[in-house]
Amino acid sequence: MSPLRMLHSSSPEETRAAGFKLAADLSPGSVVALFGRLGAGKTVFVQGLASGLGIPEGWAKSPTFTLVRFYPSDPPFFHIDLYRIERPAAEELGWEEWEEGVAAIEWAEKMEGLLPPGTVRVTLEARGEKEREIKIESDDDA
Amino acid sequence: MLILGIESSCDETAVALWGEEEGEVISLVSSQVDLHSRYGGVVPELASRRHLETLAPLLEEALKQAGRSLSDVGAVAVTQGPGLVGALLVGMESAKAISLARNLPLLGVNHLAGHVYGAFLEHPMALPALALIVSGGHTELVLLDQKERFTSLGSTRDDAAGETLDKVARFIGLPYPGGPQVQKQAESGNRSYHHFPVGEMENPLDFSFSGLKTAVITFVEKSRAGGVEPPLADLCASFQEAVVEALVSKTQRALRVTQARNLIVCGGVAANRRLRERMAELALAKGVNLLIPSARLCTDNALMISRAGWSLYQQGRTIGLSDDVDPNLSLFDA
Repeated sequence: MSPLRMLHSSSPEETRAAGFKLAADLSPGSVVALFGRLGAGKTVFVQGLASGLGIPEGWAKSPTFTLVRFYPSDPPFFHIDLYRIERPAAEELGWEEWEEGVAAIEWAEKMEGLLPPGTVRVTLEARGEKEREIKIESDDDA
Repeated sequence: MLILGIESSCDETAVALWGEEEGEVISLVSSQVDLHSRYGGVVPELASRRHLETLAPLLEEALKQAGRSLSDVGAVAVTQGPGLVGALLVGMESAKAISLARNLPLLGVNHLAGHVYGAFLEHPMALPALALIVSGGHTELVLLDQKERFTSLGSTRDDAAGETLDKVARFIGLPYPGGPQVQKQAESGNRSYHHFPVGEMENPLDFSFSGLKTAVITFVEKSRAGGVEPPLADLCASFQEAVVEALVSKTQRALRVTQARNLIVCGGVAANRRLRERMAELALAKGVNLLIPSARLCTDNALMISRAGWSLYQQGRTIGLSDDVDPNLSLFDA
C-alpha cells in the first residue's frame, strides 16, 4: 500500500467510491482510522468501504449510538464510532474481536496511542459544501 | 400478575412494576444524563459502573415506594438488546438472579419493541399498527401485525434523527443532550428562516439525516464567514422543522402504503412537541388512530419493558439462564 494518497472528492458518491476502492487493500487485522469534523464524510467513506467488503448497499449506517456495529462479511467488518465516548474502554468495545476482521474507527483521535501499528489513517477535510480532500496514509513501513 | 421490568441499555437505569389489571404500579428512572453531560456524551465504562451501582438500590426503592415485595412479582422482563453490551449485562444478570432465586419466568425484551409496546400503556392495544420509532440511536418505520410480528418498512441509511439533533446541537454550542435544547430554542424561532433540504432515498420509506447535518454546519460556517451569526432560535426552528418534516412525510407515505389505521410514534424524539403537533395533524387529516405515549414514557423507561414482556409471556416466549444479551439485537428475527 502506498504510504500516502491524496484524493479529491467533489461529491458524497466520490467519497463513497474512495472507500470502496480502499477495501481491496485490506485484510483481516486491518484497522482504518478516520479523522474529520462533523459532516466531513466519515460515515459515507465507511459505507463505501463496507460495500467494497461485500456488505449490501445500505446496510452500514452510523454506529454512534451502539458504538460498534458488526457485519458478518468475509472478512468480518466492525464499524466503530467513538463520537459519544470521551475515552474508550477497549475491553468494552471488543477490541480483541476486531483483530479477526477489518475495523473502521470514526473519531479515531479519541484513541490515539491505542491504535495498532499498520493502521490506515484516513483524514477527510471539507473544501466547501461538497468538495472534500481525502488523505490516506499508512504507518506501514513495508 | 405483576411484571418487574428492568431497563439498562444506554443512559437510563430503570425499574418498573406493571400488571395487566393493575396497570402502572411504579416506575423509577435514574438518568445518567448529568454524569454524561460533563463529558459531552456517553462514557461506556462509567455507564456500566453507574448502572451496577444504581440498579439494586433503585429496585429496593421501587418496591418500598410501591409497598410490594418480590413475592408479588410473577415474571421478570429485561432489555436484551440493542444497546451497550456492558450496560445491558448489568440489567440481564440482575434479572437472571431474581428469576433464579424466585423461580420466575424470564422475558428478554427488544428495546425497540419496548418503545412500541409502550404506546399500549396508556392506549388500548390496536393492531395492525404502523410505528415510527425515533430516538438517538434509531429511526425506523415498522409494521406490527395482528400476530405481533414486526416487519421493517424503512429506516435511516446513516444517522438517526435524535443523533442528528444531538450532533448539530453540539456543533452550535448547545449542551448535551441536544434534542430538548434545540426544541427549547426553536420555540421562539422562525421555522421558515432557512429551508434545509432532507435527502431522498431509493426506498421512499428510508431516511437520511447525514446530509441535513452537513447542510446545517455548512450554512452556519458560510454565514459566519460572511460576518453573519445566524440567530440561534431561528436556526434551531428551521433545522428542527426539517427533521420533523422528514419524519412526518415518510410516515404519511407509509400510512398510504400499508393502509394502517393505527399509528404509533415512540422513542425519545417522540417527546418533541413540534413532532407531536405535526403527527396529531397528520392523524386527524388521515383519520387514523394516533398512539403517542406521554413524554415521560417516550424516553427510556422500564414500564414499556414490563408491557412488552407481558406480550412475550402471553405468547410463551420466555428465555433461559443461558440466553445472553445482544448489542445488535434485531427486531425482525423472531
